[in-house]
Amino acid sequence: MAPDWSEKRRHIMSQGQTAATAGPATDSARHAGTARVKRGMAEMLKGGVIMDVVTAEQARIAEDAGAVAVMALERVPADIRAQGGVARMSDPDMISEIIEAVSIPVMAKARIGHFVEAQVLQALGVDYVDESEVLTPADPHHHIDKWSFTVPFVCGATNLGEALRRIAEGAAMIRSKGEAGTGEVSNAVVHMRTIRAEIGRLSALPAEELYAAAKELRAPVELVAEVARLGHLPVVLFTAGGIATPADAALMMQLGADGVFVGSGIFKSGDPARRARAIVEATTMFNDPDVLVKVSRGLGEAMVGINVAELPPAARYADRGW
Amino acid sequence: MSGPRIGILALQGDVREHARALSAAGARPVEVRRLAELAAVDGLVLPGGESTTIGRLLRVFELLEPLRAAVVAGLPVFGSCAGMILLARDVVDGRPDQPLIGGLDMVVRRNAFGRQVDSFEVDLDVVGVEGPPVHAVFIRAPWVDKAGDAVEVLARVAEAPVAVRQGPLLATAFHPELTGDSRMHRLFVDIVRSSGSGR
Repeated sequence: MAPDWSEKRRHIMSQGQTAATAGPATDSARHAGTARVKRGMAEMLKGGVIMDVVTAEQARIAEDAGAVAVMALERVPADIRAQGGVARMSDPDMISEIIEAVSIPVMAKARIGHFVEAQVLQALGVDYVDESEVLTPADPHHHIDKWSFTVPFVCGATNLGEALRRIAEGAAMIRSKGEAGTGEVSNAVVHMRTIRAEIGRLSALPAEELYAAAKELRAPVELVAEVARLGHLPVVLFTAGGIATPADAALMMQLGADGVFVGSGIFKSGDPARRARAIVEATTMFNDPDVLVKVSRGLGEAMVGINVAELPPAARYADRGW
Repeated sequence: MSGPRIGILALQGDVREHARALSAAGARPVEVRRLAELAAVDGLVLPGGESTTIGRLLRVFELLEPLRAAVVAGLPVFGSCAGMILLARDVVDGRPDQPLIGGLDMVVRRNAFGRQVDSFEVDLDVVGVEGPPVHAVFIRAPWVDKAGDAVEVLARVAEAPVAVRQGPLLATAFHPELTGDSRMHRLFVDIVRSSGSGR
C-alpha cells in the first residue's frame, strides 16, 4: 500500500501526546482517534443529509426525515445574520439534550481557532466538530490543531488550497462554505466547481510541476501530490451554505458533492418535516428527474433568503478563515 | 469481464469503497437503487451508513418488501455495520420503528461500542479467512447481542460476536471495505458463486 502521509504527519504531530491510544478502549491493541477512523466516519455519511437543529424536537424531526446526522447549534445561520452579536459554541445542556434525543450522530460547531470549545465538545461526546466560519472566529491567525483530538473535525473551504490547509491541520472531512444563512446556493456552486477544477488541473501536471503548484496553493507538497494521484481529496467532500430546496441538493450532488449540509433551509421553511424528507430523497435520487419532480411538489414556502450579491463584504462568512 | 454480478445498495453510505473491494475480489459491482436493478444481481452488499436513513429510504423507494422476499428466496447478502443491523431480526438501542430486512437470526445492539470518540481499529482473526489477521475498523459499530443456533460466529471482540454467517448471509460490525484488504469480500464472492445463482 502507498504510504499514508496523513498517518505519518499524525504520528509526528502527536509526539508527546496520547491521542493515538486515548478513549475508553479496554484492549491495548485497539487504536481510537486514528485518521482512518475519523475519515471513515465521514465515508459513512456519504449520500446523506446533515441538518442544523436548535432543539431536541427539531433533532427528532430531522431523524424521522432520514437525516444521517444533525448539527446542534444555538441559532441557525439565518438568525445569526438577523440578530448579530458574537456567535459561540452552543450551551452544553442543549447539546446533551439533542444527543439524548436521537440515535444518529450529533455534530456541533466550535469557533475557528477556539480549541477549548472543541475540547468541551469532545468531552460532551459529540461525534464530529465543525470548526465553522458561521460562528465568530476566535483566532485571526490559527485554526485548531485537529490532530491533537480524538473527535474528528469537518472544516469549510472555498477552494483547493484552503481545503488542503485544513486537511494538513487534521480535518477529516471538508465541506464547501457556500454563504450560510442566505438560502442562496450560488457560492456553494462556485466553491464546489472551483475545488473540482483545481483538482482536475493538478491531475494533469507532470510530477516536477507539483512543487510550484503546492507553493501557489499554499499547501504541503505531499498532500498536493496525493490529490494529483487520487484525482480527489483524501477525505470526503460535502457541500454546505445556501441549500434550501430538493433541487439545490440534487444540483450540488450532480456537481460532485459526496453529501449535503442543510442549515437554515429546513427549519426556516413553511413545512420543515416535509421539506426535510424531500431533501433527503432528492439527495439519494439526485440523478432521477422523475423523483425530483415528485419530491419538489407541495413543499410550502421555502425560506425567504438573501441575495448574496447584496451582502456587504463584512457580512460574508465565506471570507472567514483562510 | 467475468465474475458474479454483485449489487451494492446505493441509497446512502460508503458505496464506492465496497465497489472497489468487490472488483478486487473478482466480482462485477453494480449500484442498486431500483427494483429492476435488484432483480438483475447474483448477490447484494448492504454498505456502511446510517441504518435509520437507509431503512427509511428502503420503505420510501419500495425496496423493503422485495428485499425481504429476495433474502427469503436465498439471495446472498453481505452487510457491514449498518448493513449488519439491517440483516438482523431485531435491534436494541435503535429506533422502535426502524425498518429491518432481517434474515439473520440475531439481535444486534446499535452503537454498542459507544460514540465516535470510542471508534477504533484492531486486528481480528476471522474464521474462513486465511492468512494474517484482518485489520478491522469499527465506527460507531454494533455488536451481536443474541444469535440463534443457525448463526455461525466468525469473529469476536472481547466476548461480542462482530462477524457472523448464516447460509448465504454474511455480516460484519466492522468495515472491511475501508482497508484495501479484500479477503472478506472474496469470502462473500465465494458464497455467491457456490449459491448457484451465478449466471
